[in-house]
Amino acid sequence: MSSVPLDATSIRQDFPILRRQVHGRPLVYLDNASTTHKPQVVIDRLTRFYAEENANVHRGLHRLSELATDAYEAARAAVARFLNAPESREIVFVRGTTEAINLVADSFGRSRVGAGDAVVISAMEHHSNLVPWQRLCEEKGARLRIIPVSDAGELDLDACATLLDDRTRIVAVVHVSNALGTINSIADIVRLAHGRGIPVLVDGAQAAAHMPVDVQALGCDFYAFSGHKMLGPTGVGALYARASLLEAMPPYQSGGDMISSVTFERTLYRTLPHRFEAGTPHIAGAVALGAAIGYLDAIGLDRIACAEHDLLEYATGVLSDTPGVRVIGAARWKAGILSFVLDGVHPHDIATMLDREGIAIRAGHHCCQPLMHRLGLAATARASLALYNTREEIDALGAALHHVREMFR
Amino acid sequence: LTADVQALYQAAILDHNKQPRNFRVLAGGRSAEGDNPLCGDHVTVYMRVDEGIITEATFQGFGCAIARASASLMTESVTGKTLIEADELVERVHRLVSSPPEAPVEDLGALSTLAAVRQFPLRIKCATLPWRTLQAAAAARDEVVSTE
Repeated sequence: MSSVPLDATSIRQDFPILRRQVHGRPLVYLDNASTTHKPQVVIDRLTRFYAEENANVHRGLHRLSELATDAYEAARAAVARFLNAPESREIVFVRGTTEAINLVADSFGRSRVGAGDAVVISAMEHHSNLVPWQRLCEEKGARLRIIPVSDAGELDLDACATLLDDRTRIVAVVHVSNALGTINSIADIVRLAHGRGIPVLVDGAQAAAHMPVDVQALGCDFYAFSGHKMLGPTGVGALYARASLLEAMPPYQSGGDMISSVTFERTLYRTLPHRFEAGTPHIAGAVALGAAIGYLDAIGLDRIACAEHDLLEYATGVLSDTPGVRVIGAARWKAGILSFVLDGVHPHDIATMLDREGIAIRAGHHCCQPLMHRLGLAATARASLALYNTREEIDALGAALHHVREMFR
Repeated sequence: LTADVQALYQAAILDHNKQPRNFRVLAGGRSAEGDNPLCGDHVTVYMRVDEGIITEATFQGFGCAIARASASLMTESVTGKTLIEADELVERVHRLVSSPPEAPVEDLGALSTLAAVRQFPLRIKCATLPWRTLQAAAAARDEVVSTE
């Protein structure tokens, strides 16, 4: 473990957008769970690809295609190392977490789930890890079963154990809740599921830039994440899938780049992972995602996790000390996401007023309507942290919330 | 807090948010529901109509201060109007809130305060939701209205 604490002030220098003002105020960006900002190295890598290496991958017999293919495959290897995946061919590039989950629901799900079977998800899933499974279950006549969540925002693992049976075909759960910040005990869920031979998919969208992720330690069979939530470009993400499962899965989308031979009678598909990457991928995006991984690795995800945890504790204190504020989500293990409500003030009004102070937060149901319903809330305000946030920014949030409350009294 | 925020959340809006007028279910008349799915705002507008005149208008639901105040102001201003007058008023309010910030503000009495939302493009739909829902209730259309 690196013991040198992280210096957010110097890290901020790497992010050009953090120098800009919003409504004449310094930007205080606390909407990192929606998307994170990009360090200069990522922006430069995107530019350099188009300026110096641009070509299609896996097909051209010319120098640029070779360079582009090398860069793209190096990015795949970087993702594999980042997740501690055993092999690079277990990494499929996709548009983001949503597409990764849709790929598994469509390919693995439609070939393995039948009438009377069950898919198990949790009550804190983002709609992107709920709706694809709901559609699959409707199509197949299968049941969608839900691991309940406590008032504190933790999954009930005893209930999970009783939900799993010999008709359960897959368990799909979120690593870190985007609405509550809860870090779920994935290894425990995997142990329960694997005890019955059930594979587990993990939605890692909110974990990837915030803590070390080791798919072998977690034991999961699928792990999905988005590049843009971990300092990378929008439009690219990755799916880790255990090779033995991926080998047996039918193609997702079909077309060019995923075939080995095509006649009008039949098509033979390429090897992993190319079988799952039909069409020209977001090559520049994947390459720049590789640069984002390099940036995060150089700092160290263990240091980032420590720094964000410190800031979370500080922010929880500031918000709890702000009259009228109630923090939603009191799990024992939390990442840097703070949902809160303010007495008598709708979250959208909070967000609008903070925006004019230069403070960016999210307000709404966070694409988790069933969770909001479970908690008896229509919406919350949410401040979400990243490695470049500071205590001064949290103080600015606290002060602005005082003003909002004064105004609405 | 900045001047445009203070204009948006002026006393009249905050008062209607805190103590919305005609905030109740009205049985036996026409009604319609409105949703802003991305916000989670939800409103139901009720009205009683007698010989083409709105004799009573009420609302229920949850949403931000802008949506609540707009709905509250609306129920006061349409009571006593004919359905045709109310429909015209919906269009005038729509223009009032969605015109460019520098455009002149039509004098619609208490409703003119809603013009402050022009400075906040993302919030215009909050102000218009109850009005579009009123139109649906007037037509007694059996559908959920959305201003997304």
